Amino acid sequence: MADPKALYQEVILDHNRKPRNFGTLSQASHTAEGHNPLCGDHITLALELRGDAIEGIAFQGESCAICKASASMMTAMVKGKTRQTAETLIKEFRDMATGALDVGQGDHHLGRLTVFAGVRDLPTRVKCAILPWHTLHAAFNSVSSTSTEAGDDPMHAPIGDA
Amino acid sequence: MTAQARSRIPGAVPETPVSSGKLNVERIRADFPILKLNVAGRPLVYLDNAASSQMPQPVIDRLVRYQTEQHANIHRGVHYLSETATAAYEESRRKIQHFINAREDREVIFTSGTTEAVNLVMHGFGRKFLTAGDEVILTTLEHHSNIVPWQMLRDEKGIKIRVVPINDAGEFLIDEYEKLFNERTRFVGVMHVSNALGTVNPVKAMIAYAHARGVPVLVDGAQAAPHLKVDVQDLDCDFYAFSGHKLCGPTGIGILYGKAVQLERMQPFKGGGDMILSVSFEKTAYNAIPYKFEAGTPPIAAAIGLGAAVDYLLALGMDAIATHEHELLEYATAQVSGMPGVRIVGTARHKSAVLSFTIAGVHPHDVGTLLNQDGVAVRTGHHCAQPVMQRFSIPATSRASFAFYNTMGEVDALVAGIRNVQKVFG
Repeated sequence: MADPKALYQEVILDHNRKPRNFGTLSQASHTAEGHNPLCGDHITLALELRGDAIEGIAFQGESCAICKASASMMTAMVKGKTRQTAETLIKEFRDMATGALDVGQGDHHLGRLTVFAGVRDLPTRVKCAILPWHTLHAAFNSVSSTSTEAGDDPMHAPIGDA
Repeated sequence: MTAQARSRIPGAVPETPVSSGKLNVERIRADFPILKLNVAGRPLVYLDNAASSQMPQPVIDRLVRYQTEQHANIHRGVHYLSETATAAYEESRRKIQHFINAREDREVIFTSGTTEAVNLVMHGFGRKFLTAGDEVILTTLEHHSNIVPWQMLRDEKGIKIRVVPINDAGEFLIDEYEKLFNERTRFVGVMHVSNALGTVNPVKAMIAYAHARGVPVLVDGAQAAPHLKVDVQDLDCDFYAFSGHKLCGPTGIGILYGKAVQLERMQPFKGGGDMILSVSFEKTAYNAIPYKFEAGTPPIAAAIGLGAAVDYLLALGMDAIATHEHELLEYATAQVSGMPGVRIVGTARHKSAVLSFTIAGVHPHDVGTLLNQDGVAVRTGHHCAQPVMQRFSIPATSRASFAFYNTMGEVDALVAGIRNVQKVFG
């Protein structure tokens, strides 16, 4: 995997092997399930919100490496941050994955998450990367389950503008 | 140029695509322009034939000839082009009649594909003849297209769906099938070859058993027609459905074979032009079969292209095709089954050219994306057969599916690709 644009970079493989914040929260204030029926990816996300602060976050589920690494890195990134910061990241991540944001050009706060920029060249995998973010957005809004398809499709019902 | 560069001994390739029952695969590959593509900087290794197979130049040429010299609407005009197009369309119907050995050409109905063919039977036969409490027998192996239409009928009419289970090899249990019959059994829908696992089902015996109880049988032949000789009279099935694009033909065209006696007593599926004899606002008289089931302007070019595809396959010989594909499957099975951490899903004794597998610790979608980086095209997912996945308690598999133009070298590329996946995820 010498190609720096390749999706399966070591950081993604590492988060897939050893996902951070993998499990449940004993004091979750918000939970949501995310499902991608096209590939079977399924994650459950638990949040502990105190005011606007994300005190705790955890996820569980069965998914491909892209989805699991995305969820793992997302939880590591937003833990301890505010809901507003997370909402900004949700929007920026989605824009990066769909090609609307060129991470080499525009201003953004994605940091290490730019390892997922390569998914924009793989249309069938975009939703794998977006699913955790889409589910986080659902949890913030007290929506108990969401999907990457039909009425909940993040491609058609933009997330991050709530 | 690429074709020549790829041929191992330039100039030494015999001209005939078949000699003494063996396919000359290098010669055949030269007929498929798309196989010369490079993907991700590597020669394309196309192993997604169960989803859709590629089109040889003679079929492409036939489509171009139709569109450049013969196109007009069919069964309508008295002018030259309409008559030419009609003749070519009906000639294609007869080619397909011979391909599946149907008794009459009017038993061959053009549909948009296997899915529409099954829906036609559900609407034309099921909605007319089945009532609440009647039972339809399906198998665990069925594609969603032979499940969902019957569930729609269940919800509308209150029929009951009974399902034949399968064993760990992906074969279904014929005695379990026989046990499902009772006095309310009215219809059987069964897949000839499983798209997810490759299992070749004993449809002839199943049909005989159903017929002995007066029950008609629909065979989903989408994965069988491209790979083995289909003889609908020998099978004695009431209906046989398959798709053009899995048969080196165009998309948007498929076939429903039905016994004339069944088709005649069925109701039309779609209403419109061409399926009528006369129309007034008081009453409409329906046309005879097959036209009763072909409302509206069909995909004429695609239908003619399918005839050309059938010509191409018959020139190679379905037995020679089956022999070569069996060798590919045996070789691939031997290679892959020896790989630690790789599990073959579907190990039936009788299989067609499908190799479904999982790699320990790696989701099939990651397998598919990584293989694609090596130029290897496989299908990953549930293969529109979620009940099969549920039976094996897996969300999805990776599936390599072979066609007569695939080579042992391409199997090697698949195996090398799987090794690379394991290395990346190691």
